[in-house]
Order: sequence, then structure tokens, then C-alpha cells
Amino acid sequence: MARLFSLSRAIVQFRGRGLAMAAGSAKLTGAPGACLVFLPDWTKLMPHRTFFAFIFPSLLAMLLFITLPIVSVAVQSLFHEHEAILTSVESCDPFGCQTQTKVDSAAMAAIKKEHPLGQFAGLSNYTDHNHLALKDLGQIFASGAGWRGIASQIMDLPFYRALAFTLVYCFAVTPLAMVLGFIIALAVNTMPRFWRGPAIFVSILPMIITPLVGSLILSWMFNPAGILGATLQSLSGDPRLSLRASATLTWLVLLTYGIWTNGPFSFVVFYAGLQTVPLDTLESAKIDGASRWESTRFVIIPHLLPLATFVALVQLMDNFRVFEPIVGFSAEANATSLSWLVYNDLVSQDAQQFGSAAATSMMTIIGVIILLVPVLIRTWREFSRKVV
Amino acid sequence: MKMSVTRALAGGAISLLALAFSANLASADCGIQGAGSVRILSNDFEALRVVNEAAAACATDKVTVKANATAEHKNIQGPALSANPAEYTVAMVANNSIVPLLNGGLIRPLDELVAKYGSSLKPNQLIKIDGKIMAIAFMGNGQHLFFRKDILDKAGLQPPKSYEDLLADAKIIKDKGLLEYPLAASDKPGWDLAAEFVNMYLGTGGEFFAKDSAELAIDNDNGKKVLETMLAMTKFMKPEYLTYDANELNKVWDSGSVALMNQWGSLAGAAIDSAKANPDVAKNTGFAAAPTINGGKIPAAALWWDGFTIAKNIPDADAAVSFQAMIHGISPETIAAHPAAATWLVAGYTPGPAAVGVIGNAQGGARAYPMQPYMGLLHTALSSELADFIAGKQDAAAALAKVKAAYDTAAKAGGFLK
Repeated sequence: MARLFSLSRAIVQFRGRGLAMAAGSAKLTGAPGACLVFLPDWTKLMPHRTFFAFIFPSLLAMLLFITLPIVSVAVQSLFHEHEAILTSVESCDPFGCQTQTKVDSAAMAAIKKEHPLGQFAGLSNYTDHNHLALKDLGQIFASGAGWRGIASQIMDLPFYRALAFTLVYCFAVTPLAMVLGFIIALAVNTMPRFWRGPAIFVSILPMIITPLVGSLILSWMFNPAGILGATLQSLSGDPRLSLRASATLTWLVLLTYGIWTNGPFSFVVFYAGLQTVPLDTLESAKIDGASRWESTRFVIIPHLLPLATFVALVQLMDNFRVFEPIVGFSAEANATSLSWLVYNDLVSQDAQQFGSAAATSMMTIIGVIILLVPVLIRTWREFSRKVV
Repeated sequence: MKMSVTRALAGGAISLLALAFSANLASADCGIQGAGSVRILSNDFEALRVVNEAAAACATDKVTVKANATAEHKNIQGPALSANPAEYTVAMVANNSIVPLLNGGLIRPLDELVAKYGSSLKPNQLIKIDGKIMAIAFMGNGQHLFFRKDILDKAGLQPPKSYEDLLADAKIIKDKGLLEYPLAASDKPGWDLAAEFVNMYLGTGGEFFAKDSAELAIDNDNGKKVLETMLAMTKFMKPEYLTYDANELNKVWDSGSVALMNQWGSLAGAAIDSAKANPDVAKNTGFAAAPTINGGKIPAAALWWDGFTIAKNIPDADAAVSFQAMIHGISPETIAAHPAAATWLVAGYTPGPAAVGVIGNAQGGARAYPMQPYMGLLHTALSSELADFIAGKQDAAAALAKVKAAYDTAAKAGGFLK
């Protein structure tokens, strides 16, 4: 009984955070990070054995479906294919005969049986021209070009080009989508109760729509023959204006799409958070003569801050792996991302490059960890302060 | 040939449905000897669906037939045929997609099966590697000229025979105010953009690689000429030309805003089918061989064949019934019922209007898409590294240097270069 009581008290105490966890579990990608942050609480509330029994299935699934594949990718990223044994053969097709180079598949099969992973290549998959391009960087800096020249040469390297867009997307979309979500949440919260349901439904539509479909729809609308594209042309009076032609406009459209599609997640979490804002504090603020803006600034925002940290965490992780809009908007000419590089190595061609794709994947994971470290440290400090 | 990713994703869902329904669709006995299972993996376009359906008609009590037509076939075929027993007994391939299967030793020689069951095949349908029959081709394909008769007439022009003429014609059409953007090409960075380069480079007569090695050899006058021609064409294209792949190109053509373009033969039938296409455009659409380039004598386009292979890791009984079902799928009777679906290589086929371009390419002596094992890596390098050039942000020499750097890295990791 006593334990039950303390549990319910703890739930009340951590209302905001518990809510955040609920929202996090709706989005699978956010769950591991979120769990890490909030774990120590629950261990205090139940015996370790019970806790372990609860968490075991999830741990097992994470080990099987997340940890092991990552380890396998990490191992693959250290290998090159075996040196190909080539033979020349006569080949004939409907258009004639010619001598043709071919891989000696029997000889290769024997080598592969002995060393299935290929030849060990150390970190060369990471440092080569298609990734970190250390040698190219050295030459660029040694060339003595001005900072402008250096920047444009670096942006010419496939990895840095992708990294640049990925980071811009991450750091532009995350805060702006959170602001958008927060504003919508405030607006919906002031609506008459009857209209709230429909308003919530409409507001979270962008999240419900599959990213690929959402970006395709927008892409067609921005087509010069589509409604938005044609309107822009007639408004600007420039019949050549096309949002899909220039790099800057393509980036803007992708960022706008990102904010549109990510806003609802922040909205859902903030809206739920708004329901927990203590009414008495709000009322006393009003009595003290606080304006609407002031009570938002000094009561609501501080109350929602822990939630904002959580949302930022999840959104940063998600946005760092931006992929679908690039495909949906056919934006490959002007914008690529790290995930797109992995995809390009593996899927769209006749020759799959596993080592290269694995190296890019590992660097994406490292990137996500680097992004999360400051947020994690902050959360941990705040948390320790409150608990202790 | 190459579908856009989005099409592929949508197509994947549809072909799953198709798979569910196609089993035992028809059960006319087509005289198959023996019993076993036929499981077909193929790309997803009309001609292949025709073949799949005809093969599926061979299903009986003793023979089961399933077909999976998907644009993702290239990504599926390797792992699916590596399994033992293989997931599919038949893999439909083209010049490029047979290479990974040959490299991996995943398909079986067909000489015995051809001797037993292949009496309806013509000698030029047999794809022989090192003297062994490894695939049976049944259709030809390739990119060739699409032109608008009405617009060329109004401009007083004949269909261009060379890229130099094509550029001059485009200028005349534009100057006369007939069309604002008379040209189009599948210049979307990715598989399509690389294919444009490969087509034109083949037309120059140049070789992609140094003899008997994986050393890249495109950084020469031919390579520069190809890039300059590609860029010159973009001046006559809609500003968003960077977003057009082959499927999108047919839609642009259908809207009537383009007078000249190079497009896949397998999409020619759809462009002149007035039931599906814009009738005004369809009745004025004509086809010819791809133009030559830089004074060359051959059409600047790769020749492709589509055919079928039989998996190695399957029981011989399955291989025998699969081969027979496929022979029925590409039989002269099947082809006679669908003459417009493709440029068939099968006996008794009389080419229709949609086949003019591909046949023109073949008769003009166009070269086949290269089958070197490292060609796929070059195609990948071209697909991403030419993006800045075709957007007009870089010169040809820099673009070729970038392609070489990306290819060399990939070829090293792939074990082809030291």
C-alpha cells in the first residue's frame, strides 16, 4: 500500500516528464533516448527485479534489432571488397559478339568462403574521397585560396555537401518547428472546447501524412504547372520562376516542408503540457496584472521548459536523418543528406557499395550522438539537482 | 528501364497485390513436361507484364507459377538468388543487371535446356558468355529520338540526325516562337543523368576504361564534348530540367510543350497510344534513331536487351519447368498478340510504329551498354558527380575530375583498382 502511494505521488511529481515519456513512446525513434534520461526514477520506485522483468523484452528487442545491426555495420565499414579476379571472355548478344571482361566467379567464391568480410581496410572507408576526404582537405587548405575558395571547394566534396544541408536542416527546422507547434498549441488551448477536437485533428494532419507522400504533394504543388508554382509565377510576373530550379529556393522549400511536417509533434506534446499548467499560478499572475504575453512568458514557458528539452532531443535526432523530402522533391541536384548518401550507395544502382554505406551510417550515428550530448548533459544536471 | 524511386515505392505495394492475385490466374495447359515451381522476378513495365502473364498461363496441378514484377528487382535479385534454394527460379535481366548475377555465379548455363525445349528461339536471342548460353533475350530497348511532326513542319525542319542539328533546330523552333523550351532530357541527378552521359559517350566511339583494366578513360576530348553538348541542350529546356527522370519526361512530352527529346523505346508505345496519351500530341509524335554526336557515324545511345535467366541454386526439375514456362511466355504466339508492347527479338515479329527508334539504333550500329563488372560503379559516380555541371555551376574539366575521384575511390573499395 505504501509503495502504491509513493508511486502515485511520484507520478504526480513527474507529471510533466511522464507525459513526455508517453509522447516519446508514440514515436519509436525517440524512445531509447528518452528512456535513458528518465530511467533512474523508476528504479527507485520498484525493486530491481520487477524493473528488470518489465524492461527485459524491450532490452532484448533493442539488442537484437538495434545493437547487433549497428555492430555489424561498424564491422563492415572497416572492410573493402576482395581484389577482383578478372578474366576476358567472348560474349555474344543480339547486337553482336565481343571480348568482355568478367569477374571469375568460381575463383572469387573460394576467396569469399575463406574471408567472407572482404579485405581489412582499416579506417580508409572513413577517410577516402567519398567521405571525410582528408587528403583532399589537405590539398584545399594548402592551395592558399581565400576562405571563399576554400569553402566552395569543400562544398564540392560529396560528404561535406551532404553534411552542410543536413546540419542546416537540423538547426533551422528543429527550433522553428517547435515555435510553430507551441503557437498552435496556445491557439488551440484558447479555443472553445467544442472546436478543439477538429482543430487538433487538422493540426496534426501533417504528421499523419506519410513523409514521402506529403513531400510529393507539395512538390507537385510547387511545380510550375501546379497551383503554388503557377501562382508564384503570376504574382512575381516572372514566367521563368521555378522553385525547383535554383539551389537557394530548393533549400527554402525543403526547410519549409520540414517545419510544416515537424510542427505537429511539438504541438501535440506542448498541448498536452498546457493542460498541466497550474491554474492557480495563472490566476495569481492575472491578479498581479500580468498581460497575456507576460503570463505566457513567465508562467507557461518555464513550466513547459523540461518538455521543450525533450522535444528538441527527439526532433534533432529525427532531423539529422532527413531523407524523404529530398527524394520526394527530386532535390538531389541541390540538396543531399547523409541518409541520402547511404541510400545512393546501396539502392539505386547496379553495384552496391556496402563498406562506403556502412562508413556513412556510422558517421551519421556519431553525428547524432554529438548533437545530443549537450542536451543530455543539461537534462542530467537538471534531473540530479531536482532528485537530490 | 529505370523507374524513379517514388514510382518504385508505389510499384512495390502494387506488385505485392499483383503477386497475391496472379497465382493460378489462368490454367491453360501449355504442354510443360515435368512438375515443379516457377517463380519469376522481373522489372515492372508493360512488355515484361505481358511475358509474365503468358508464363503464368502455364500453371497446372503439377506446375505452380508466381510472378513478382517490381522496379526494385535489381536490389532484390542478388540476395534472393544467393539463397539456397533460391527465392526465385527466373530472374529477368537487362545488359546491366545480368552483370551482378554473373559476378556472383548465381545463374546457370542454359545450353541443355535450349537444346531440349528451345526450338522456337532465334540464334540472336541466345546471350553467350564464354561460349555458354547464360540468358535468353526477347526484346531490345534503348533511348532514341521522339519528335513532333507538326512543330518540325511549321519550322520547316526534318528530324535531326545529329546532336549538332538538334541544337540548331531547337534554336529555330524557339526563335520562331513555336515553343519556349523545345528540348527535354532525363537530366535528374541519379541513374538517369548518368545514362545520358553514357549514351552520348558511346556515340563518340570512345572507350570508358583503359584496355583490360578498370582504369577510367573518359577524361579526354570526347568526354568534354559530351558534357558541352549536354549543357548546351539545357539552354533550351524548362528551368526545372534537373528534376526530370524518364517517367516524368513522358508526362512533359504529353503536355505538348516539347518538340524533341531522347526517350526510352519501352515508353514509345504509351506516347502514341491515343487512348492513354494526349491525342493531339500522340498523333503528331514520330520516332527515329538517336542522333549522332561530334561527327560520329553511329546513334549516340546504348543498346539494351531484356531477357531471362534461370537461377543456379534450384532443383533441376524447377529449372526445367521454369525454362519451359518462360519459353511459352516469349513464344511467337504471345508476341503476335502484343506487337506494340515492345521491340521484340522473337521470330515472326513485325515491328510496328513504336519500334522504329530502337530498330533504327540497332541498324545504325549503336553500341550495347557496357558489361564490364566495374561499369556500375562508374554509373554511380556519374550519377551524383555531374549534378553541379549540369546545373551550370562547374566547368567540364572539373566535373570529369570529380567523377574520376569518386569512381577511383569506389573502384578501390570494390577491389577493382589498387
